[in-house]
Amino acid sequence: MSAPVQGGMSIGEVARTALFALRGNWLRSALTSLGVIIGIAAVIVMVSVGQGTQQEIDRLVSGLGSQRLDINPGARRGMGGARMSAGNFYTLTEDDVDAIRREVPTVQYVSGELRGGTQVVYAESNWSASWRGVDADWFAINGWEIAQGEAFDSRAYTSGAKVVLLGETVRRQLFGEESGIGESVRLGRVPFTVVGILASKGQGGWGQDQDDLVVVPLQTARRRLSGSSGLPPGAVMQVSVGVADAGALSTTQAEIEALLRQRHKIQPGEEDDFSVRNLAEIVSARTQTTQLMSWLLGAVAGISLIVGGIGIMNIMLVSVTERIREIGLRMAVGAGPRDIRRQFLAEALLISLIGGVVGIALGIIGALVVGKIGTLPIALNAQVIGLAAGFSIATGLFFGYYPASKAARLDPIEALRQQ
Amino acid sequence: MSGSTPTAVPVVETRGLGKVYAEGSEAEVVALKDVDLRIAHGEFVAIVGPSGSGKSTLMNMIGCLDTPSSGTYLCDGVDVATLDAEGRAALRRDKIGFVFQGFNLLPRMSALDNVAMPLSYARVPPAERRRRAAEVLESVGLGARMHHRPTELSGGQQQRVAIARALIHRAPILMADEPTGALDSKTGQDILALFDALRREGHTIVLITHDAEVAAHADRTCTMRDGLLHESAAVPHAGATEVRS
Repeated sequence: MSAPVQGGMSIGEVARTALFALRGNWLRSALTSLGVIIGIAAVIVMVSVGQGTQQEIDRLVSGLGSQRLDINPGARRGMGGARMSAGNFYTLTEDDVDAIRREVPTVQYVSGELRGGTQVVYAESNWSASWRGVDADWFAINGWEIAQGEAFDSRAYTSGAKVVLLGETVRRQLFGEESGIGESVRLGRVPFTVVGILASKGQGGWGQDQDDLVVVPLQTARRRLSGSSGLPPGAVMQVSVGVADAGALSTTQAEIEALLRQRHKIQPGEEDDFSVRNLAEIVSARTQTTQLMSWLLGAVAGISLIVGGIGIMNIMLVSVTERIREIGLRMAVGAGPRDIRRQFLAEALLISLIGGVVGIALGIIGALVVGKIGTLPIALNAQVIGLAAGFSIATGLFFGYYPASKAARLDPIEALRQQ
Repeated sequence: MSGSTPTAVPVVETRGLGKVYAEGSEAEVVALKDVDLRIAHGEFVAIVGPSGSGKSTLMNMIGCLDTPSSGTYLCDGVDVATLDAEGRAALRRDKIGFVFQGFNLLPRMSALDNVAMPLSYARVPPAERRRRAAEVLESVGLGARMHHRPTELSGGQQQRVAIARALIHRAPILMADEPTGALDSKTGQDILALFDALRREGHTIVLITHDAEVAAHADRTCTMRDGLLHESAAVPHAGATEVRS
C-alpha cells in the first residue's frame, strides 16, 4: 500500500485551521491581542517620530545649516550651567561683526542682531510680536525673502530710518487682506513705515510660528526699540555668520574664535566670553529631547509587547489544556508533533498578527496626531510598518512557541484519556 | 522487509511483545507479557478481557500509539520500534482507523468536516477531501445528515460519523475500542451490523471489548488476562448474519 507521506499539513491548511479555532473564541482572542495592539502602535509612533527628527536634522545639516555659525555672548556651557555674571553678558559688539567681516576670508555673510518683543499697532488693530534689528546679510543667512515691497536700502541701515518689514502673521493680523505696504504702524510708541512683507516660512522645527515677527535695521532698533534695555553702546545680542563653503565651517569657526579671543583680550587658559555654535550642535541638543520621547515610547512598546506576549502565551496554554482531547484525537488520526506544534504556533501568530494589523492602524493615526498637534516632525513609511509587522510576528512566534511545543509533546494516549 | 508479497504479510504481527510501565520502580506494572498475535488481511478479530487485563495496552500498541518495552510489532510490515513520534503519526494516518467508545468528534465541526479531518494531514486537497468524506458518510447511512454538528446527532449517528472518519483514509486496520459501550443495545446492534458489513467488504477489524456478546461478531476472539494473550476459536454467531442495510 502507500508509503508514509511525510510533510503533514500544508501552510494554507494550518492557517485555515488556526482561523477556525480562533473564531470559536473570538472575544478572548481579541482581548488577548490588546497588548500587542498597544505595543505595535507605540512602535509605529516611536519609529516615525524618531525617523522624522532624523530626517529634519539631515535636512538642516545638509542644507543651510551646514553653512551657518551662531555666535552668542557669554561662555559656552553645558546644559544647566548658569555661571554668568551680569558684567559680561553683552560681550559682542558691532566692531566684532566688522572685524569678522574684514579678517575672516571664508565668511560670506555676517550680521549682528538685536531682538525683543513689542506691540505692533495699526489703527484699531494691535498685535504682540517679536522684533529683530539686523544687518543686510541677516536675510541671506536666515533664508528670508521679500514677498511684497522691497528690502531695506543701504541708506536705511546707516541712517536709522524708521522702516519695517512685517512677517506674514503680523501682516495678516493688522491688515487682513491688504498688503499694508506704505502704511504706518507703531512699534510700541514709535511710528514706522512698512516697506515690505517677508515671504512666509510657516512653522519652525519647534512648532513655533516663524512668521510672527517684524524686522527693522540694526541701528534703528538700537535707537528706537532697545533704548531702555540698558544695552552697552554698540552691543549686539547675537552674531550670525554664513560660510560659502560648508567644508570650511570648522576652520571658519576656529578662526572666528581666535579672532574674538584676541579682540576680547582673553588669555590662554582663560574661558571665552562668547560661544560659537554651528547648527548641527544646536539640532543635536534638540535631538536629546526627541530621543527621550523615543526612549519612553520604546519602553511602552517593549513592555506592552512583553505583556501582550505573555497574554498570548497564557491564553495558548489555557487553549492547549482545554483542547487536550482534540489534540489526542488529531494525533490518533495521524497528526504528528510537528503538525500540532504548527497548529498552535499558527494560532498564537494569528492573534499577534491581528494585534499587529490593528496596532499599525492605530499607530499611524497616533503618529499623524502627534505630527499635527504636537511639535514633532514625523516620518511614516513602509519601513516603519514593516518593522512593526516584524515585531508582531516575532512576539507571536516567541511567546507561542512554548505552548505549541507543550501541545506537541503530549502523549496521545494520555491526551485521549482526559475528560 | 518484503513488500513484494503483500498477501503473505499479516497486517498485524507481534512477536514476544511486552510492555512494562515504571520499570524498575516500586510501582512497576507488567501490562503485556510475550504477546504473539497475527492478524491477516480481512480478518475480524475481537480482543476481550476484564479491565486491567492489558487489552487497552495491546490496543495502543497495535494502534501505534505506544511503543513496546520488548519484542517487535510489525504494522502492515513496518517495524514500529524503528519509528519516532513523527513516523508513528504517519503510520497511524496511513494504516489505522480509530473508533472510540466516546466517539471523539470535534463539536464545532459538521459531520462532513469531522470525517474529512484526517485527510488534512495527508495533503489531500480540500475539495477532494469533502468529496470522499461525503462518499464515506453515504456508505455508513448518514448521507442526509452530513452537514449536522455532532450535538445534533444521536449517539448511534455520532458513532457512524466516527466510523466514517476511521474509513476515510482507506487504512488497512480498523481499530474499535468498545464502540458500543456508550450506546443502548438496539443502537449497539446496528453499529455491530455495520462492522459485519465492513468485514464482508474486506476491511480488517480489531475490536476491543469486555462484552462476550459483542465479541461474538468476530471471526476470532483473543482473550487477555494478566497481560497474557489466549487465543480461542471462532464461534459462529447468529447475529453476524443479520445485516441491516
